[in-house]
This record gives sequence, C-alpha cells and structure tokens, in this order.
Amino acid sequence: MDLIYSIFVDPFLQMAGAPDLLVQTLWEGFVGGILYALIALGFVLIFKASGVFNFAQGIMVVFAALTLVGLYEKGVPAFLALALTIGVMFLIAAAVERVVLRPLVNQPDIILFMATFGLTYLLIGLGEAIFGGNPKVMIAEQLYLPKGAVDIKMLGGVVTLQKIDIAAAVIALAMIACLSVFFQYTRIGRALRAVADSHKAALSVGISLNQIWVIVWFLAGVVALITGIMWGARSDVSFALQVVALKALPVLVLGGFTSIPGAVVGGLIIGIGEKIGEFYWGPLVGGATESWLAYCIALVFLMFRPQGLFGERIIERI
Amino acid sequence: MFYREAGQFKTTYASDMAVLPILQDRIGLAVILLIGFVGIPLLGGNFFLQTVMIPFLVFSLAAIGLNILTGYTGLLSLGSGAFMGVGAYACYKLTTIYPGVNIVIWIVASGFFAAAIGVVFGLPSLRIKGFYLIVATLAAQFFLQWSFVRIPWLYNYNASGAIEVPQRLFAGIPLTGANATPVTRYLVLLGIVTFLTWIASNLVHGRIGRSWMAVRDMDIAAELMGIRLLPAKLLAFAVSSFYCGVAGACMMFLWYGGGEANDAFNINQSFTILFMVIIGGLGSLIGSFLGAAFISILPTALKFGVPALGIAIPGTVAEHATYILLGALIIFFLIVEPHGLARLWQIGKQKLRMWPFPY
Repeated sequence: MDLIYSIFVDPFLQMAGAPDLLVQTLWEGFVGGILYALIALGFVLIFKASGVFNFAQGIMVVFAALTLVGLYEKGVPAFLALALTIGVMFLIAAAVERVVLRPLVNQPDIILFMATFGLTYLLIGLGEAIFGGNPKVMIAEQLYLPKGAVDIKMLGGVVTLQKIDIAAAVIALAMIACLSVFFQYTRIGRALRAVADSHKAALSVGISLNQIWVIVWFLAGVVALITGIMWGARSDVSFALQVVALKALPVLVLGGFTSIPGAVVGGLIIGIGEKIGEFYWGPLVGGATESWLAYCIALVFLMFRPQGLFGERIIERI
Repeated sequence: MFYREAGQFKTTYASDMAVLPILQDRIGLAVILLIGFVGIPLLGGNFFLQTVMIPFLVFSLAAIGLNILTGYTGLLSLGSGAFMGVGAYACYKLTTIYPGVNIVIWIVASGFFAAAIGVVFGLPSLRIKGFYLIVATLAAQFFLQWSFVRIPWLYNYNASGAIEVPQRLFAGIPLTGANATPVTRYLVLLGIVTFLTWIASNLVHGRIGRSWMAVRDMDIAAELMGIRLLPAKLLAFAVSSFYCGVAGACMMFLWYGGGEANDAFNINQSFTILFMVIIGGLGSLIGSFLGAAFISILPTALKFGVPALGIAIPGTVAEHATYILLGALIIFFLIVEPHGLARLWQIGKQKLRMWPFPY
C-alpha cells in the first residue's frame, strides 16, 4: 500500500503542494529538451538527405565548440573566430562527402553508420591532439550572450530562470523556424527535400547529390556549432558533451528520423519527462535515473508507434 | 598449388554439406588449434598471454555473441557491454554463494542469466525494427549499468563497489584470483572459446541459423514461409546474450581479476564489440575472430610496437594517434571492403586456389 501511495499519489501531492518547484522543474526540462532537440536536428538533417545515421553529430558539436574557443584563445576576435569556425565546419563537410560518403554510395545503412563511427574516433583524436583534453570555458560574454538570472515571483514562490537558458531557447526556436522556412521556400531547400524523397528521382531531374550532401553536412555542422555554443555556455566545453549526443537518440526515435518538428517535440518530451521523473520519482529508486529514463520513455512510445510520433509510416512489401 | 581440392571427391550428402569441405581447411584448423593449445603457452611469455591473447579470446567470444544477433539475425544492438556485465555479476554471485562448485561451470552457467535478461530486453524487437531498435538496446545498456552501481547486493556490499574476484581452484591449480598464472587462465579460456565456437558453428549452420538468416533478409517474408518471428528473434537475443555473458564472466574472472562495472561494461565496450563485428564481417564466425584480433590488438600493438621500433612518442600523443588511426582504419576498411575482413579472407582463399595461375 505504501509503495503504491509513494508511486501514484505522493509525487502529485508534491507537485500540487509546491507549484513553483514544478514550474522550475518544467522549465529546466524545457531547456534541456531544446538542447537535445538541437542535437537531434543535426541528425535529422543528415538522415533526411542522405539516409546516413550520423553518429558523429555529437562529436561535431564538441569539435565546433572547441574550434571556436581554441581560435579565440589564439587571439582571434570572437566574431571572426565564429566565422572561421563556420569555415572549418564547411571544410569538414566537404571532406566527409569526398572521403567517406562518395566511396560508400549505395552501401547498406549499417556500413554508413559504422563509417560515421570511424569519423567520430577521428574527430575525437584530432580534437584532443589539437586542443588538448582539458575542459574549456565557452566565450559566452564575448559573443554577447547574457549572463545571470531572472527571478520571477509566481504561484507563491520564486522561479529562477537563467538568462542564458532563455537565450538558448529563443535562439534554438529561431533557428528551427529559419530551417523550416529554408526547407520549404528556397531552391536548395526544395532540392534537399527532393533528395530526401528519392535519390534516383532527384538525380534524374538534375540535382547533384554530392553538392546536396556537402550542403546538409555543412548545415548540420552549423547546427552543431550553435548547439556547442549553447551547451558550452551552460557548462564547460569538454569531450563529456559527446555522451549527451547519445541522449539525442531517444529524442530522434521518439520524433521519427525524418521530421524536424518531430525532433523538437521529441526533445521536449524527453527533456521534461526526464527532469520530472528524476525529481519526483527518482528518489524512490535511488536517484540518478537520468542516465536511462530517456530511453525507457522513448521505448514506451515506440511500442505504440514503431515509426516515432511524426515518422513516415513504415510500409513493408514482400 | 598446395591449396587445391582436386582429387577430393564427396561421396555422401553429409560430406557435401560439411562445414569445412576441403581437407586443407581441416588441416589448417587442426594446426591453428595445436598452435593455440600447445605452441602459444610454450613459446609466448606471460606478458604476451595477458595483454594480447586473453583480451583477444574474450573479445572474440563477445563478438561471436553480437554477430549472432546483428550479423545473422539482423537486429542491431548496442547493449552487448551490459549483457557482458550481467554475466560477470551473475558469475560473481554464484561463486560467492556456492564456492564449492567448479568456477568453470559457473562461468558458463552465468551465460544463462545474461540470456534471461537478454530475452526481456529483446521483447520489443518484434515491433521495433532497424535503427529504432538501438534505443531499446541502449535502454538495456544504461538501465543495467545503473543497476550494477545502485544494487549493492550484486557486488556483495563491498566497500569498493567493485567485483573482487576470489581465488578458485581448477583441478588443484588456482584459476582465478591473484595467484593464477596467465598460462592456466589462457588455456581454460581457450577451451571455453573453442567449445562455444563449435556450438555456435553448429547453431548457425543448422535449422535455427537458417531461420535467423531468413529473418535477417526479410522478416515478413520469413514469417510467410512459416518461421515464427517471436521465437526466432528471442532465441537470437538469448543465444547472443549467453555468449556475451560468458565473455563478460571470462573478462572479469580470467582477464581483469576484478573491477567496477562502469569502467568495464560501459557503452564504449558495446561500441567496441560492434566495431569488431562490422570490421570482421557481419554474419561470419571467422569474421568475429578477425575483427576481435584487429580491434583488440591494434591499440596494444601501437602502444608497445611503435616505441619498440625506436620511435619514442609521449603517452598522450600516442593515445590521440591511436584514436585517429583507429578512425581512419575503420573508414578505410569500410571503403575497401564493406563486407569486412571475412570477405578479404574468402577472396584470399579463392586467389590461393588459383595460384600461380590467374584463372
């Protein structure tokens, strides 16, 4: 009886008893979810256009952030460093297309998946060799990102919002909106969608697959850079960030591999679910549930919708 | 020249369907086993056995396990590290509760516990397919890893929170614990690996293996042909986890001699084993061995081999270089031969049959 009470009744009583805490938890979950969504977005872009399950997205986030901070430490002005980092991401995109994707065209998915693993190792090794393995501090102030916190009095308590979190949410949402517009209304965006629909049909109307791949990898690189800045400003820039990329997997699966809104909704569900679960139900099982709760949430959703919330319906033919 | 099957006539159906139909292959296998059981313990030093051969054998076993699941049944898994952990903890609990029973029996029996857990986490595989299945196995990986730390009963409430391998005898000689020599551990491990490889070979060549491959190639078609998907997939999960569990128990008891789960059975271990399977060749037992050899020996070779050549490099640089080289080699091998080392092996054998003639 006690157990049932502590699982099904007590957490809700806690929520009702301290609504300000609930709002605080929800907000933290929301911000975490947005950042997961950003990583998932990089995955989705590449998966849509090339069918590659890009495991290297996580390390691309770290690599981009490290390049930015590393350049700044060498004395390059902050915004010039930003531009240079974007250039570096373009070089990586071009190199990946030329060296990895082009020779592996038409191979099974799992082979390409493994190739991105190889890329991950390569980037980890390069990153550590060039920038060293120590955590670095993100140059948030130099990029005019706000610092400090806002306290909002509500529901009989105080909810503290970090300004950087607000900025992260705004920038992330703006970027997602920009990407949607880009995909929907520009020439390149149309080409990207065409490639996502069918490689062969896109080729036959004269779209260069190689060019498109460079573009999507570059876009994913830019998304990775922004994610890296945001995530780095909240904590340090270190290789531990790469583990966060694994959290993007349940997000991705929940939203469906090919859907940008899916990545956002999935990110929010995972982010909020994880925080609420950890805060209210975590103590029951000894805490630190964040490491696996996200996967279990995704698993529950998958049992009912195997293609994810917004994924294309899987139709199998003999 | 000497690798020809000319003159070897198959007069029965059984000899036609044999796993090793060519006499030279059978001789080759016997020679390899002889080298493994006699040559290496006699000639290889303790250092060689401990840092090269024992890791290679442990990883081979785990790679065979994952290959059964991913290569033969087509179910992608990133939970093999955790299943290895289940085996290690099961073996630890069993041998502390029943210290009188021979440790080798417990090492093999611990695989059954891993198999049971594997079946539980394999249940979603009927509904969830492809890359989506990764999430189910990742849930297993992280949940089990969390359990290893959070349930103190599993490590007998040790203050260190780690498995402390006790000394156990095998035929009167210490096999586990601090007093065991690498040679005994190596020989027992080699025996286990040989026996389990033989079982796996029979499994994948028989009816069960064929049903797995049918499921891999297209599960709906397999279902229409009368293969029951749920038993086939769950059996694959069970057998795969069994092998991983035994590998984990061997790793803890015969290689590490104790350690903490978060270090030994984390997600990186799962990735490493997946590398081995893919580099070695999906759906090939010999590929599992080749992949395990490649991935487990390469870092050691770089670490000890390069300084031996007279090139002194500081430790951190060597570590980065290992990462870079490993990444580059993975990409290189995938481009050169996406079907893995096993295919290269086959091509080599084909070439050898013709040699010295081009056709």
